[in-house]
Amino acid sequence: MSTVAATAGERTARARPATMAQALGRALRDAMAEDPAVHVLGEDVGTLGGVFRVTDGLAKEFGDDRCTDTPLAEAGILGAAVGMAMYGLRPVVEMQFDAFAYPAFEQLISHVAKMRNRTGGAMPLPITVRVPYGGGIGGVEHHSDSSEAYYMATPGLHVVMPATVEDAYGLLRESIASDDPVVFLEPKRLYWSKADWSPEAPAPVEPIGRAVVRRPGRSATLITYGPSLPVCLEAAEAATAEGWDLEVVDLRSLVPFDDETVAASVRRTGRAVVVHESSGFGGPGGEIAARVTERCFHHLEAPVLRVAGFDIPYPPPMQERHHLPGVDRVLDAVARLQWEAES
Amino acid sequence: MTVQELPGAAAYRPTPPPAWKPLTDPAPLLPDPEPYRVLGTDAVADVDPELLLRLYAELVRGRRYNAQATALTKQGRLAVYPSSTGQEACEIAAALVLEDRDWLFPSYRDTLAAVARGLDPVEALTLLRGDRHTGYDPREHRIAPLCTPLATQLPHAVGLAHAARLKGDDVVALAMVGDGGTSEGDFHEALNFAAVWRAPVVFLVQNNGFAISVPLAKQTAAPSLAHKAVGYGMPGRLVDGNDAAAMHQVLSEAVARARRGDGPTLVEAVTYRMEAHTNADDATRYRGDGEVEAWRAHDPISLLERELTGRGLLDEDGIGTVREAAERMAEGLREQMNADPALDPMDLFSHVYEEQTGQLREQAARLRAELDAEHGADGESPAEEGR
Repeated sequence: MSTVAATAGERTARARPATMAQALGRALRDAMAEDPAVHVLGEDVGTLGGVFRVTDGLAKEFGDDRCTDTPLAEAGILGAAVGMAMYGLRPVVEMQFDAFAYPAFEQLISHVAKMRNRTGGAMPLPITVRVPYGGGIGGVEHHSDSSEAYYMATPGLHVVMPATVEDAYGLLRESIASDDPVVFLEPKRLYWSKADWSPEAPAPVEPIGRAVVRRPGRSATLITYGPSLPVCLEAAEAATAEGWDLEVVDLRSLVPFDDETVAASVRRTGRAVVVHESSGFGGPGGEIAARVTERCFHHLEAPVLRVAGFDIPYPPPMQERHHLPGVDRVLDAVARLQWEAES
Repeated sequence: MTVQELPGAAAYRPTPPPAWKPLTDPAPLLPDPEPYRVLGTDAVADVDPELLLRLYAELVRGRRYNAQATALTKQGRLAVYPSSTGQEACEIAAALVLEDRDWLFPSYRDTLAAVARGLDPVEALTLLRGDRHTGYDPREHRIAPLCTPLATQLPHAVGLAHAARLKGDDVVALAMVGDGGTSEGDFHEALNFAAVWRAPVVFLVQNNGFAISVPLAKQTAAPSLAHKAVGYGMPGRLVDGNDAAAMHQVLSEAVARARRGDGPTLVEAVTYRMEAHTNADDATRYRGDGEVEAWRAHDPISLLERELTGRGLLDEDGIGTVREAAERMAEGLREQMNADPALDPMDLFSHVYEEQTGQLREQAARLRAELDAEHGADGESPAEEGR
């Protein structure tokens, strides 16, 4: 990626409040301006600017051929993107909502994920599939799924989830620049989250696959990503009242998985809770807990616990607050980390 | 009393809803009532005899290729072979109508089209031998990987043709699918996208009568598969798929139309799968000999041979020469396929991602250690668990 990273001083000087949706839109715009091979396609991405307005202005600036309103058919959209990538383009596909991405599942699993492999490396597909995902916005049925477990179980895909405004820009730029296909999961309820950010002077971008410690601490590690990061940070602040100094690790991607950062944190703290919105059974937390246990068994003071969405179909909006892992549920899990053994 | 009978309502005229207007006139899009034929009709007089002879030689070579590949399954040299015996006219015509820069999107039954396009048969057959998913570089040959999930290659053809047109390149994509594949959602979505984008694509449906065991009548209630084109706003052509001259003409016209920028065409080739679905299938469970025999009388090679010999363009010597060339091809294929392919198990990890992830590096090290132990070699010690 050729964007020249600004110094910390420049960033502070030029920063102003921006939403995650704006940062994502800016990432698309900059990628399109830099590389004529980058094409955006999806439902309502052109004239309307997307139902979340992430693609606002792109059709106007780059024309309908670069930012294309497609027929309403997700398998067709992703299938066409495969052909476009075969011809050397770098498509960025928008799936309108998490649950509306399922018709494209076969294209994603059988072709997007496998094309590099099935052609012996001759034909990688640099496709980014943007999926607004997760709950917490009062969406009615089929608008709030956490679908990351399906994607992370498929070799060949990267699965990336930004949780901050700055990462939304940086990780999307990196995903588009990647020659591997990326499922880019945008937490819907963070679209309107704000941070001081300077689009003209973006922070240096790390390659996909590096987790980051968002809050250092010594008592236990909260391992999380995407929409659950703000919950964990809030829980960590609240936990200080109980005398717990919690470390919060933001994975930023499930694939690749940053074992080093996670294991180093848990070896320091000796305790870990995985927090995500996705259902617990068969969810990412099981894989993460297993990896942590395999690597940190002799450092662990308690079993790795999971705080996840219930194993239920996503509930109606008036009930969703009971389903989503909140601060209290996180703190309750932290309380169950066998502290009595220490005293 | 109706509205029109009300006093003062004399000026009322029913009008269509305000937003409605027809997008396309359906009449020119309709297929012929019967499969279009050239051989045995007056139209054959317009066909270059050299083309007929070329088609004949390719059909005979194609039939021999199918027979040889089927034989290789019996010798354990191919894991499976879905034969296109009886469908050679479709396969050959699809390959011959394309320019070098054009793209072919074959299904798993279409290795013959890829071979007729110039691909080394061994490279075309690696999928079915089981040593590599795709034995060739698709971009080098402009042949997409042989596609097993039905109809999923069709949207790829649309996207590729669309991308080429956006770049200003004169490239046509020809995508092949069977009658069963037309029931898949991807068939529908590909045709719809192609028509909306006016993408330079030709969709060739080989209606060979069966989707494994399920006959066409259980697959669709459409008047013909070619009629489906009308619903998308593209022309549908119905052709005798065993008439090589008709196949070549209709596909050439569809390719030319796409090249002109007039958009996609759906071609239904009516043909017959003379063999079972694959060597692992038993066709006697779902169809009778009588049906197969009726189609044998309508064999693509016999139809063309009759035309050529009848007009004195081909004699016994000519037939012999063509058969000898086909035999040499089969011999070469046999020889190449009798050699065991060289395989490196470590390749399993080579092309999952551009750069191996941490867990793939761990797993590769584990396999390396297993292999070293298996061969009693003094390999490096396996990576420590949990690092």
